[in-house]
Amino acid sequence: MPDATLELTHKLPAELDRRAFFTKIGLGSLSIAAAGTIVFSYEYLSPNVLYEPSAIVNVGKPENFAVNSVTMDVNSGIYLVRAEEGYFALSAVCTHLGCLTAWNQDLGIIACPCHGSKFTRTGEKIEGPAPKPLPWLKTWVDDEGDLMVDRSTDIPSLQYLRI
Amino acid sequence: MSTKAEQIIEQVRAGRVWRSVFRSGTGQSTLHRALAIQQNIFLHLFATKVRKRMVRFSATWYLGTLTFGTFLILVITGILLMLYYHPSVPQAYADMKDLQFVVSSGLFLRNLHRWSAQLMVFLVFAHMFKVFYRGAYRTPREFNWVIGIVLLLITLLLSYTGYLLPWDQLAYWAITVGSNLSSAVPLVGSKIHFLLLGGNQVNANALLRFYVLHCVILPLAAILFIAIHFWRIRKDGGLYVQQSDPRAQADVESEPDAKEVQ
Repeated sequence: MPDATLELTHKLPAELDRRAFFTKIGLGSLSIAAAGTIVFSYEYLSPNVLYEPSAIVNVGKPENFAVNSVTMDVNSGIYLVRAEEGYFALSAVCTHLGCLTAWNQDLGIIACPCHGSKFTRTGEKIEGPAPKPLPWLKTWVDDEGDLMVDRSTDIPSLQYLRI
Repeated sequence: MSTKAEQIIEQVRAGRVWRSVFRSGTGQSTLHRALAIQQNIFLHLFATKVRKRMVRFSATWYLGTLTFGTFLILVITGILLMLYYHPSVPQAYADMKDLQFVVSSGLFLRNLHRWSAQLMVFLVFAHMFKVFYRGAYRTPREFNWVIGIVLLLITLLLSYTGYLLPWDQLAYWAITVGSNLSSAVPLVGSKIHFLLLGGNQVNANALLRFYVLHCVILPLAAILFIAIHFWRIRKDGGLYVQQSDPRAQADVESEPDAKEVQ
């Protein structure tokens, strides 16, 4: 009875017949699955545990550092400076593109070998492509009297640690 | 008049084994030759019929072909180098030194890989300059130019990811500097940097990620886009030949319908 079938189809509401309904369900589930895949991929690609050296470094007893000295720790990438005002720690990682800078005793400046940025002992930029000064790092003395530096925490400059 | 060798070849081609593989059979008719293309998995992507002029290597001054040649050398030497290289922090540098001084022909393969890599980057640029200054990127070849840009980026990324693998000072600082560039992307820069290195600094995770990118993901992407690039040459009416080229002129005169796209 082709005529009856035709009539039936006409009677169905135009907005949502069965085919359109299942298409919507299908596309909806696929979108949810796709969004989930993106989230899971992102989660999978960002490691939860890093086997990297700790951000907190023990640099030893404060009295090991002479007044007006700059000591570089190559492994942790920091300078420990003892100025007349007190102690402070400076990140040795160049703010330009992450190279390790070096302290030049004769010129009294910090210089980056990669692209020629130069900094003063307190981290201020003298010249070069570096966009920012070298950050000061959080420094404190622990219970055993050792000087500690947290490389992941920047502090405003010129906050000397007085002991 | 056929020689003995030609007769033997014909016999083989008419034999049952050959026919089981190449079902189109022998024969010089247009139909047979068209079927030979159409029924071959590697060739069926291409147009069944092209003018020789359209795919002549000299049309790109051989630069396209040479680039592909260096890519093949890189794939072969790269697979061989993988047999001795471990992408781990304690071993990577030592393996690279072993390849140079201990493994037979290791020095040759490593140098071949390195020089081909340098040459490929040079050839890609030369190829693009030629296409650009000859105006070969114009309609109907615009999209193949875009695919060419994608291939340029893949080539540069392959070059960059391969740079880290020797795990020496040059590699370490080049990747430190290069990966820090990604931090400059607004908003998501530091996230991209973290995902790329699998950490905050160039370390074991970064080495492994760059190794996988260099040996699996980027080569597969390159092969895919090279296939599209070559396919598009035929679909876009063949390689661009400057009309003042006397050989091209001769072809056009001898083939009245040469402009017709197959």
